[in-house]
Amino acid sequence: MHGIGVFVCHCGSNIAATVDVKKVVEMAKLEPGVVHAEDYQYMCSEAGQEKIAQAIKEKNLSGIVVCSCSPRMHEATFRKCAEKAGLNPYMVEIANLREQCSWIHKDIEEGTEKAVILTRAAIAKVNLNTSLEAGESGVIKRALVIGGGIAGIQTALDIADAGYEVDIVEKTPSIGGKMAQLDKTFPTLDCSACILTPKMVDAAAHEKINLYTYSEVEKVSGFVGDFTVEIRKKARYVNMDKCTGCGVCMEKCPSKKAKSEFNSGLSNRPAIYTPFAQAIPNVPVIDPTQCIKLKTGKCGVCEKFCQAGAIDYKQKDEVITQKYGAIVVATGFEVIKLDNYDEYAYSQSKDVITSLELERIMNAAGPTKGHLERLSDGKPPKNIVFIQCVGSRCAENKGKSYCSKICCMYTAKHAMLIRDKYPDVNVTVFYIDVRTPGKNFDEFYRRAVEEYGVNYVKGQVGKVAPQADGSLLVHGVDLIDGKQLKISADMVVLAAAIEPNPTVRNIATMLTASIDTNNFLTEAHPKLRPVESPTAGVFLSGVCQGPKDIPETVSQAGAAAIKVVGLLAKDKLMTNPCTAKADELLCNGCSACANVCPYGAISYEDKLINDHGIRKTHRVAVVNSALCQGCGACTVACPSGVMDLQGFSNRQIIAEVDAICR
Amino acid sequence: MQELISRLKELLESGSVQRVLGWKKGDFTFNPEPAYFNSAEELSEFVYDGFCGANLSKYMIKASNLEGVTAVLLKPCDTYSFNQLIKEHRVIREKAYIIGIGCKGKLSLDAIKAQGVKGITDIKGAEIDGDCNELKVETLYGEKTVSYKDSMLERCHVCKGKEHMIYDELMLESADTLDADRFTDVEIIENLTSEDKFTYFQRELSKCIRCNACRNVCPACSCRKCVFDSTKFDSEQKANVDPFHESMFHIIRAFHVAGRCTDCGECSRVCPQGIPLHLFNRKFIKDINEYYGVFQAGEDIGQTSPLTDYTLDDMEAEERR
Repeated sequence: MHGIGVFVCHCGSNIAATVDVKKVVEMAKLEPGVVHAEDYQYMCSEAGQEKIAQAIKEKNLSGIVVCSCSPRMHEATFRKCAEKAGLNPYMVEIANLREQCSWIHKDIEEGTEKAVILTRAAIAKVNLNTSLEAGESGVIKRALVIGGGIAGIQTALDIADAGYEVDIVEKTPSIGGKMAQLDKTFPTLDCSACILTPKMVDAAAHEKINLYTYSEVEKVSGFVGDFTVEIRKKARYVNMDKCTGCGVCMEKCPSKKAKSEFNSGLSNRPAIYTPFAQAIPNVPVIDPTQCIKLKTGKCGVCEKFCQAGAIDYKQKDEVITQKYGAIVVATGFEVIKLDNYDEYAYSQSKDVITSLELERIMNAAGPTKGHLERLSDGKPPKNIVFIQCVGSRCAENKGKSYCSKICCMYTAKHAMLIRDKYPDVNVTVFYIDVRTPGKNFDEFYRRAVEEYGVNYVKGQVGKVAPQADGSLLVHGVDLIDGKQLKISADMVVLAAAIEPNPTVRNIATMLTASIDTNNFLTEAHPKLRPVESPTAGVFLSGVCQGPKDIPETVSQAGAAAIKVVGLLAKDKLMTNPCTAKADELLCNGCSACANVCPYGAISYEDKLINDHGIRKTHRVAVVNSALCQGCGACTVACPSGVMDLQGFSNRQIIAEVDAICR
Repeated sequence: MQELISRLKELLESGSVQRVLGWKKGDFTFNPEPAYFNSAEELSEFVYDGFCGANLSKYMIKASNLEGVTAVLLKPCDTYSFNQLIKEHRVIREKAYIIGIGCKGKLSLDAIKAQGVKGITDIKGAEIDGDCNELKVETLYGEKTVSYKDSMLERCHVCKGKEHMIYDELMLESADTLDADRFTDVEIIENLTSEDKFTYFQRELSKCIRCNACRNVCPACSCRKCVFDSTKFDSEQKANVDPFHESMFHIIRAFHVAGRCTDCGECSRVCPQGIPLHLFNRKFIKDINEYYGVFQAGEDIGQTSPLTDYTLDDMEAEERR
């Protein structure tokens, strides 16, 4: 016997201001199967939950509908509440009267009408709900961190310190990431390498951390607690066990025309190289696109000079398969390409550079040994113009709509450092707004202006015109004075926007983790679950989730680590019982479902089927409920409607649609 | 033709096949029907001519469960359906000995009647050994002559070609019959206004008597239990409520076979009401071609269907970029 209870939440005024909750209760009472309906100010509160529990017990309810916020918010809460009161947790349905109704309506009549319809649909569904039991699955006590920048290193260190094995997969030859390229860090001006390299060493030396550098994740299957990952270790052509890191090979290599990635292309590197002197591991790789031996078969200089006999031109890529309980994405960022910003003459003048390039120029290990000089003629610049928001906060399609967040601070840092070291250099910064909301950030910026005399101009630059004498004429506007400016500069620095590393799309697809329109990975909840992906077992660390500076990245990396540790500490995980199931009697075994299954959860068996007394062997689909994530792709691919998602069966969904259309 | 019959006899007598799946004479010369022949003697009823339009590949679903090997006669276009059925694990390749037979275009009685011929009693000139230029039609009102080409099924005017996609041996010659573009009719409908489109489909689909012939003949409609017959979805009652649901039957069917339909044209051939059902399927095929690159279901067993496959080159992925 069915007895449905309906509980309508006011959510303070969130719902009640736009929905007549009393009317919803009245209308719900008229629905088939409903034996109890009431409203309350905060259903999720202890008192609200108590009302639900009491009604379940007193009226012996067989199912409940809670009309409240999104199920993503409180479905788990109400399921737990029902379970405590003795009801199967899957006999709970949520009608989303907040996000899908009150928040998007202004008119109370319209809002109420929709609320009644949504409630009706949920009641129609819960009438067809069946009790489901969650299963259990194990947890592999090992984590994978994709990306070996500061975010990945910090996450790995924190997980490893908690006692779990961690593998870092880094696609370049060394860990360190973008932070390794930086000279000084705001707002304290410590040397970036001084604070990063010890962490790199810690990571390499940690007995629980295993580095896969020059490697890429190729394939991911499985699910939370039990991922199987294929990692391609690209051929280094150098035997890591034999190499002593002496560096002779790099000195002797005759092919030295490749652009150094580490120095942002401002200097050359040999075909056999480590990205930078403090690289970890300190084992070079041979770039096969540059190596004369690999390209023509002649040369072999490095092999000749290598005392350790570590050079191996015949090395091949190696694919290793490893199992993990959790995966952290820490793929970081790249600076955008400036093709759309010809007005700043980046492609025309060597003296128009990006901030990251300036970072290398300022660095003692950089292409100019730390001397500030023009790349065109090596002369020291006298007038430098910084242009902020190049590609950030851009309303048009040519740039990014978001604020890259770090540029205001690093520009203040650059301006300050230049004025400190070269007091006779004039520094002008064009900005839209100066954004410094961080600890000691605004003080830092004020110092740049007040103590170091950096000339901040509110306004944008329309054009940078290279002149015949080698100078750069900057056409800008001063919005405060309301006048056009023309500044003759000999160096222009562009604070180019940052964007997620382009490889993240591929990784997100492999992980079935969602990404937003800007290719940043989406959080499970922007406020309450900011370091988790909506895909269970996948966590986010660093800029792959959104622009952030080093302190924020490190905090988030630690937060992601603790989430991973929380997961790995469990021995068993409850599995979602809302998985697909095939009706063996009707299944054609046509493979349509397996073709669309993103989790590889469907296989086929020849099974003896008893169809009302007729026994026949059929090829039928079998769902591995541990692998199935309940996405429902198979249910729509199946032409005969054989695949059904438990908890979201075709009949339940049709009943909801029918209730809405009634 | 004699050569074909001798070969079939030989196959049956040698025991290398247990039966032949072909066509036998009907009540008239123009309505042969699919049939099994279990012995050399039974082959006296065997016929293969311009009226043997029926696609026999779907019969192999049942024949795959029979003892031994069935020799099945497949025209070039039928082999696409057979491949698709292999891909969907509905037929067993080893249970079929495929004789790929030639085809000179299949005839439509409706197309003959449309040329003003009434009271047909006999038709000559459809023999596969003949030149297939002219049909001599005996009617209650005397003998008439019509052109073979003008009497062909629509699908033969947009023929997929003389190649068999799968076979064990080939027999008989084929002729080129392609003389029209496959998507012209679809484009005409695409260019109609929404109202006119709706009127067009309402008019065409209102003719439907829900005899299910289209579904029963369709090689893609091979479900053990069709959703329209199943009690699981309450759809078997729904389909009869009003004419709108009647139309939904065809639209749902078109969705179900999308990406799997080989455009064999059997639906339109068997429709007793003359509804151009193939146009639904062709619209899907045209869209698939345009959005995902040209795709022909059943051409290759190994290829994945664009609708059940996701690649980073897909238009959806492009849009996300």
